Amino acid sequence: MSVAATQKRGFGSVLWDYVTTVDHKKIAHLYLFGGGLFFLIGGIEAMLIRIQLAKPDNDFLSAGLYNEMITMHGTTMIFLAAMPLIFALMNAVLPLQIGARDVAFPYLNSLGFWLFMFGGILLNCSWFLGGAPDAGWTAYAPLSTTSPGHGVDFYVMGLQIAGAGTLIGGINFLVTVVNMRAPGMTYMRMPLFTWASFIASILILFAFPALTVGLFLLMFDRMFGTAFFDVSLGGNTIIWEHIFWIFGHPEVYILILPLFGVFSDVFSTFAKKRLFGYTAMVFATMLIAFLGFMVWAHHMFTVGLGPVANSIFSIATMAIAVPTGIKIFNWLATLWGGNITINSAMLWSLAFIPTFTIGGMTGVMVATVAADYQYHDTYFVIAHFHYVIVGGTIFGIFAALHYWWPKIFGRVLREGLGKLTFWTFFIGFHLTFFIQHFLGLMGMPRRYWVFHSGDGLDLGNLISTIGAFFMAFGVIVFIINVILTARDEKAPADPWDGRTLEWATASPPAHYNFKQTPLVRGLDPLWIEKSEGKGKMTPAEPLGEIHMPNNSFLPFLFSLGLFVAGFGFIYQTDNKAWLAVLIGGMAFSLGTMVVRSMKDDLGYHISKEELEREAD
Amino acid sequence: MKGWMGKLRVLTLLGSIALVLSGCGRENLTALIPKGYGAEKSLDLIILSTVVMLFVLLIVMILYVTVLVRFRKKKGKEDFIPKQVEGNKTLETIWTVIPIILLIIIAVPTTIATFDLADTEGSKKALNVDVTGNQYWWHFNYNGQEIQTSQDLYIPTGEKVYLNMKSSDVIHSFWVPAISGKMDVNPENENTMYIEAYEEGVYWGKCAELCGPSHSLMDFKVIAVSPEEFEQWVSDMQSVDPKAVAEGETAQQGQELFQEKNCMGCHAIGSSPIQVGPNLTNFGDRTQVAGIKEHTKDNIVQWIMDPESIKPGNKMTGNYPTVSKEEANKIADYLLQLQPSEITSESAGN
Amino acid sequence: MSHDHSLNPETMPHEPEKATLEGKNKFIGFWFFLGGETVLFASLFGTYLALHNSTAGGPAGNELFGLELVFVMTILLLTSSLTSVYAIYHMKNNDFGKMTLWFIITIILGFGFVGCELYEFHHYITEYGFTFRSSAFGSAFYALLGFHGGHVTFGLFWMITLLIRNARRGLNLYNAPKFYIWSLYWHFIDVVWVFIFTVVYLMGKVG
Repeated sequence: MSVAATQKRGFGSVLWDYVTTVDHKKIAHLYLFGGGLFFLIGGIEAMLIRIQLAKPDNDFLSAGLYNEMITMHGTTMIFLAAMPLIFALMNAVLPLQIGARDVAFPYLNSLGFWLFMFGGILLNCSWFLGGAPDAGWTAYAPLSTTSPGHGVDFYVMGLQIAGAGTLIGGINFLVTVVNMRAPGMTYMRMPLFTWASFIASILILFAFPALTVGLFLLMFDRMFGTAFFDVSLGGNTIIWEHIFWIFGHPEVYILILPLFGVFSDVFSTFAKKRLFGYTAMVFATMLIAFLGFMVWAHHMFTVGLGPVANSIFSIATMAIAVPTGIKIFNWLATLWGGNITINSAMLWSLAFIPTFTIGGMTGVMVATVAADYQYHDTYFVIAHFHYVIVGGTIFGIFAALHYWWPKIFGRVLREGLGKLTFWTFFIGFHLTFFIQHFLGLMGMPRRYWVFHSGDGLDLGNLISTIGAFFMAFGVIVFIINVILTARDEKAPADPWDGRTLEWATASPPAHYNFKQTPLVRGLDPLWIEKSEGKGKMTPAEPLGEIHMPNNSFLPFLFSLGLFVAGFGFIYQTDNKAWLAVLIGGMAFSLGTMVVRSMKDDLGYHISKEELEREAD
Repeated sequence: MKGWMGKLRVLTLLGSIALVLSGCGRENLTALIPKGYGAEKSLDLIILSTVVMLFVLLIVMILYVTVLVRFRKKKGKEDFIPKQVEGNKTLETIWTVIPIILLIIIAVPTTIATFDLADTEGSKKALNVDVTGNQYWWHFNYNGQEIQTSQDLYIPTGEKVYLNMKSSDVIHSFWVPAISGKMDVNPENENTMYIEAYEEGVYWGKCAELCGPSHSLMDFKVIAVSPEEFEQWVSDMQSVDPKAVAEGETAQQGQELFQEKNCMGCHAIGSSPIQVGPNLTNFGDRTQVAGIKEHTKDNIVQWIMDPESIKPGNKMTGNYPTVSKEEANKIADYLLQLQPSEITSESAGN
Repeated sequence: MSHDHSLNPETMPHEPEKATLEGKNKFIGFWFFLGGETVLFASLFGTYLALHNSTAGGPAGNELFGLELVFVMTILLLTSSLTSVYAIYHMKNNDFGKMTLWFIITIILGFGFVGCELYEFHHYITEYGFTFRSSAFGSAFYALLGFHGGHVTFGLFWMITLLIRNARRGLNLYNAPKFYIWSLYWHFIDVVWVFIFTVVYLMGKVG
């Protein structure tokens, strides 16, 4: 259904459609909206941080509020902005790239989104209810267990709910890739974005349960008086660090791998070349994911684990540079000899290469244990991970949005504004973060509310703050671009002369994606058909009935129940009457589960006649 | 596009020049001008890894710029379809093997330095200081020497001093960038590290693990003096008489107030093990008030009357009887007299 | 196309749980889910192993644990795993009645297990004053055992819901995957218990 068609319907009806939808393309819109909203909130928090640090001994924010700001900036950007934006891309494109009509579990897909959204809202409610969490996004115990007020309680409950949504989403994409590929779409013919999303989903599956346990322990220590991290009762705070980073390190690869896939697709499309070293790219991605589970303690070099553990984790970490290097060189080799078009999507992707290489470079540097004793918990580390997360993930998301916007919304984003966004953001980014490498080495620890005028850190911080304003400007231009583009004319099915299956169907696709499932004859299936002169996919099946899942309001209600129960958990420490809210919310959620089990959901069929009536 | 890139390069270059002009940061704080053993070891590795990695970056950038210059879409060749290359085994092997070699070049010295810096054996024959991290101040107990002090850590130059560190509350991290890298100060176990300052000086220390609202205000100083001066300082500190009567009327009144207001319940003078609040034995010689403010009477008075205005979230606020400005002045007079030793930060050339 | 998935012995496929795409998705998806559950329990085991000596002066494992009761619990749960295998065997033979019977036996054994566990906790709390607030060991013990016990309990109510919902309509390709997945879940819980028995009780009694 096109945007134009939906606009004719009433607002209420559109809203109801989105609240109950199980269509992966609409869920992509929801994730994009939710993730985009939290990205803006996280961005405002970042700007407030930079304003506070514009000059020495500043008092723009109070010390306590500053700690809330850094905690929420990190938590929001990682869990509520980057992750859902990646899920938006996966939802929008992955089923199309493998020639599927939908994801494996449309109902769970919707459930995953609503859990994320309600978790995010719950976390952000803390701003209005006595203060946000203030123990850092890493929430190290015992600072987090002893933090007064309810801030950290909101962190625990919000992330627990949002995390459940992420886990569900991860499993859904795994099964989708395993079971839903079109005929001929073997594993080694899948586009790199699909591959990378698949591997990132494996990471989600094995990393998020560790976070679940960690949050559970933290929650019980704070709300029910257990002693996991209470040293006076034999507890041990280092356990939290281990559990958090056993989750946390794979998490950063969850954030980057899907975007590696995006760059691979964008490069090969706009260089008009097949991806160089496809097999090596796939195995390098797997290797990065595998090693990603072996290196968590490099976040803990200064904890006192001893030289043996430190050295092992150091060398394992350095090893990740090898597959990452393979990828960088393969991308360059893909571009080599190509016929390169440079547009907005390509600018973001091209900017990624030097930026991420610098991030990888400092990555090896921070893996160097004895040097990390100086880098650890300073602005050097801040600079490093912003080079990889912004330079990789955010650049990648922008590249993907410019590339796939026609497929997601049926409009091509405007080039002029796209370039303006890119250049202001790109320059602002390097201005903000390059100098922070030096600030760290000059003695500025991270999470510092103020630095002092005699510390020699004034100039660097001022430059950094100026850069942040450039980035903010770039984001505003992007929003203007999105708004203006909505009135532009409809995009063609294949605006970029694409190579993969998503370009073989309309922009945006009909809700069943493909009228007839396409037959895949090799890597870059659409390119193969084009280069053989046919220009479109051969169907793998005769035109027939299409089975579609029913919409459902239950995922929304289930998540709402947990959201309400979350408040019960948080406030029952003050007043036991809140236990009623806790139990009520949980019972409501369980009730929706029972309804779901009791009521068969067999979906509906689109008849052959109906399909024939619809134009290609 | 190339024009923009050019401008960017110029900007980056200008930025770097500005940095060089402003130096490598404040001396005795920055990790880039090492004044001690650990910092020197770390800087060696920082330089080695930077050089190796810049080499990699250089190669990537050469390829990258070449690609952008040579293979952009050209006029008249818009429809050119490049050869669809699948891969190249030789090339792929090269860019797998060379990075491995480069990493080994970094990994070997890293491992050696890691084991070197983790030594705890030497502590048996060396000066040991038990360090306690507290929200938001540091306590130093000279092991076996009957000396307790806070905020300013005196050490002799040219020898390894072993620090046995533990936290009384949340996790902190002990960091004196100019002398050594950091180590966490955990509540459940004692972490040992050593520091060695090559030359005399007052080195700036910072807490490097988020520990609450005043995390950024938990500064301390390491004062390195010559071994002879250190001997002198030790004997001066050991011979402090906590009950010695202050000189001058206001200071004497201040001393009485110090007892009346029960300041002693938390703050010890002398080698008493009380460490609810900072030990004040040599308070008169402190480099700074609360680790961050200039060491003036006004600042001391401000601290006594309203510590919250200086360090938000500190444990002193609300835990002592009200003190009038007059009383605070008297207490400050008394505290400023607590100067047991001639050896102070000035001896270290501050 | 017929939407009626109900079966008779002639139309019964060899593996009814994987005969439809939905069934296949559920089958693979649930295996992935169990992979995640493994990490969840591994994290809890890790926490337990790190804290099992941190009794803070409270009761320690070797004072608390009585192997007799734990042995009975192990037998109950292991047997229930076996009976769920019988149930699935009858599902594959399209014998809905016997399948239901064996599932009922399975959940009765499961309730026996939960009852013993509740008795055990009650015993620790009343006799030794050993709660999850007593010490870090107490927290870790109840967290690990509670997570497992919670899984068992959830599984029991899940099967009850399945049995009630499908009591009158018999087996079909729509509900066969649901029963099959439940049996996967039940086996997984059983395996976790074997580890708990070994790591918590046997090692706790010896160490």
